[in-house]
Amino acid sequence: MTSIKSGFLKERTLQIFEKGIDTFEMTCDRVSTAGSISQRACTFCGSRVVLYPIVDALHLVHGAIGCAAYTWDIRGSMSSGPQLHRSSFCTDLREKEVIYGGEKKLKNALYILIEEHQPKAAFVYSTCIAGIIGDDVGAVCKEVQKKTGIAVIPVHSEGFKGTKKDGYRAACDALMRIIGMNDTPQVPLSVNILGDFNIAGEIWVIKKYFEQMGLKIVATLTGDARVEQIKSAHTAQLNIVQCSGSMRFLAKQMKEKYGIPFINASFSGINDTAKALYDAADFFCNKSVMENTRNLISNEIALITPFINSYRNKCKGKKAALYVGGAFKAMSLIKALRILGIQTILAGTQTGSKEDYEALKTLCDDGTVLLDDSNPIEMSKFIIEKKADLFIGGVKERPLAYKLGIAFCDHNHERKTGLAGFEGMVNFAREVSLSVNSPVWKFAPRRGREYYV
Amino acid sequence: MLLRHTPDTIIEREALTVQPAKTCQPVGAMYAALGIHRCLPHSHGSQGCCAYHRSSLTRHYKEPVMAGTSSFTEGASVFGGQANLLEAITNIFTLYNPDVLAIHTTCLSETIGDDVPQIVAKAREEGRVPEGKYIIRASTPSYIGSHVIGYANMVKGIVEGFSERGKTGRHVNIIPGFVEPPDMAEIKRLAKLTGIDPVLLTDTSGVLNGPQTGHYEMYPKGGTTIDNLKRTGYAKATIALGPIASGLGAKFIDTKYGVPCETLNLPIGIRATDKFVEALKRLGGVIDDEIEYERGQLMDAVTDMQQYFYQKKVALVGDPDQLVSFTEFLTDLGFSVRHVITGTPGKKFVGRIKDAAGTDQINVREASDYFYLHQLIKNEKVDLIIGNTYAKYISRDMDIPLVRTGFPIYDRIGHQYFPTVGYKGALLLIEKILGVLMDHQDRYCPEEQFELVM
Repeated sequence: MTSIKSGFLKERTLQIFEKGIDTFEMTCDRVSTAGSISQRACTFCGSRVVLYPIVDALHLVHGAIGCAAYTWDIRGSMSSGPQLHRSSFCTDLREKEVIYGGEKKLKNALYILIEEHQPKAAFVYSTCIAGIIGDDVGAVCKEVQKKTGIAVIPVHSEGFKGTKKDGYRAACDALMRIIGMNDTPQVPLSVNILGDFNIAGEIWVIKKYFEQMGLKIVATLTGDARVEQIKSAHTAQLNIVQCSGSMRFLAKQMKEKYGIPFINASFSGINDTAKALYDAADFFCNKSVMENTRNLISNEIALITPFINSYRNKCKGKKAALYVGGAFKAMSLIKALRILGIQTILAGTQTGSKEDYEALKTLCDDGTVLLDDSNPIEMSKFIIEKKADLFIGGVKERPLAYKLGIAFCDHNHERKTGLAGFEGMVNFAREVSLSVNSPVWKFAPRRGREYYV
Repeated sequence: MLLRHTPDTIIEREALTVQPAKTCQPVGAMYAALGIHRCLPHSHGSQGCCAYHRSSLTRHYKEPVMAGTSSFTEGASVFGGQANLLEAITNIFTLYNPDVLAIHTTCLSETIGDDVPQIVAKAREEGRVPEGKYIIRASTPSYIGSHVIGYANMVKGIVEGFSERGKTGRHVNIIPGFVEPPDMAEIKRLAKLTGIDPVLLTDTSGVLNGPQTGHYEMYPKGGTTIDNLKRTGYAKATIALGPIASGLGAKFIDTKYGVPCETLNLPIGIRATDKFVEALKRLGGVIDDEIEYERGQLMDAVTDMQQYFYQKKVALVGDPDQLVSFTEFLTDLGFSVRHVITGTPGKKFVGRIKDAAGTDQINVREASDYFYLHQLIKNEKVDLIIGNTYAKYISRDMDIPLVRTGFPIYDRIGHQYFPTVGYKGALLLIEKILGVLMDHQDRYCPEEQFELVM
């Protein structure tokens, strides 16, 4: 069989897998090959997106202006209260500081901002330049914390330290310094939700479910989070971990330090949402919680089924390609698309691990292409060859889909409707249906102006 | 509310930037390089820099934007990025086959002192650069200047890398500045209408505003060709549009190849376009009837609607060259330009704006931010804001109409397709400005003053 991979870098062959043809173990978790056009970002980016949704904290970027400019209010993480997280604060390091150090500037900036905004905590993101000039961000934070009395947390997110995933780890380390600051007793029947960032208000949907189940939510990490809740996060009995890439580190650390067990969950799609809620209910072995959960799920499913059926009629037979951050999301999406009668012909992730890809291989149909850390050339080749009708991805994938003349659905920071939970499944179905059935695709070049006939 | 954090009292501060009105050099370098036909920009730094610049350009143009990265690791940042860059050069030419690789640096690679020219020379020695392929480079430390300076540095890098000596030709180099693809197309069109053969340094029209083709083209049809870039060394003259973005490259061609340069303001508005057209005329161009007709139409529209402009207060935020021309244009229309700020540092800016406004009684600041602008507007409210997408926070908070222009624009379209330069561009701008002002009036005026005919 001729390889689908002809024309790609040799180093890439173990990161491209076609089910039914290839048998090797996929390589992943590596830094992108130098020179390859990667869709990936850096450590700073990883830390910034994880901590960004903490709405009553001050987020100060210690570095050159670009790092702050590009992360100014780009994540649709909604707040039910303060909006401080949406501002862009930066020490804007200049040549002078690169030579003489930026610690003094950082200290001044912190004092000014803390006085002005009275935040509940401050995160200081150390970027490439701060790391390379050797600023002792930790020492500055310590001093300012002592003087101001609020938690001032250094985030060691120098971009060169690794991939986005390493940034998640740095963010989790930062969170661990806040968790446990409040000395409060354990809360019975309580959970933390980890790895949801309240894009388009999704955490509110998830919260509602848990409350209906009779569980108490101590902290959401970090969607619509408040510093006070995070300080008490160690008092919850269970961590529900969504988004496999970003928050597993935190769950593991919390288990180690506070003995809090965790379960993996996904709130994408009907099956995964139901499973997540049942898993949580199972954990507590509480009759009323279990009954509430059963009722909740059956009610919700009954409520959404007619909508889903109607969308399935409009979508079935279509083919989808997806490229997302984490593999967990990819798996949820594949299942959700199946419910709509849509086959996934390409699935790629930026940060999937070996186990993730093994799981993906099991889940996918023969002929599905799996990609680790991909680029537009690879993706467009497979999209055309495999005749996809829909592309699901993030900011850099959207224009690619549109150039090719196929539908697109944003499942990343720029999504405008919540896709979590049962109602999220309806939103997802609606969005997919609206997109693939839009009349504009009939003008797509690949259709060869068939509308004239 | 989002920007209710901004206090009214203005405090002088140096330690920080709040709501930046600029970004860093590399994105400007990337943008300039994209204006070369079959060129792949390359970011010599961490992966994130490249991802951010690409995302930003993608959001702005709604087009796929390609660029390579040296993908720095902790090791590279200690021992230098030479190995990464060498490997990247090999990989890029093998896999993506660009004709030109345009390398720019980042704060990281600049600070650790990577010697890019030496690394490129080594790559050539080792046969990593295939026959007929080019590598150009620019030094773009993120802690100096802004995205505009990055653009200027890359334009200089381009002429440094390509310009050749030859018998002086009839063609004219035009450095358009950090403007949009349709602006570059409009500048070319105007030049050609006068009979001048323009070589644009560089030209993103047809690269970042191309059509839907049904397939992915890594190198779209547009962009200045290598042959044309080589010709810049023996052009009749160079016109630099905007001293900050375009002056550096023009001066370099002048000094090294003796091609005389003339620096003009960006041709936004009546006077600046007049001056551009006059410059074309001085270089042998003939003012065509069509140009006169377009100018006439613009003046007709201006006089028809002047009462809606007169004494309206405006705040401007953006890049220095654009702001000077905007200030001049709006002042010419009768607006009262009250506040002008740019994130780009540069001491001459204040004087240029005051000259363009014809008054000292105006708030101007370089190396500033949106936070400061918001405070200025809180202290003296305006009727109109002209700025990029980030101005929408102030616009919403203070309920002031906004016309979007400059970089970046993430929330509207139009800038990819319609120019702001030239007489046509001025007409489009007026239409936009009137649109928002009159919508505002229609919505908020008392019922008895609500007019059908305006």
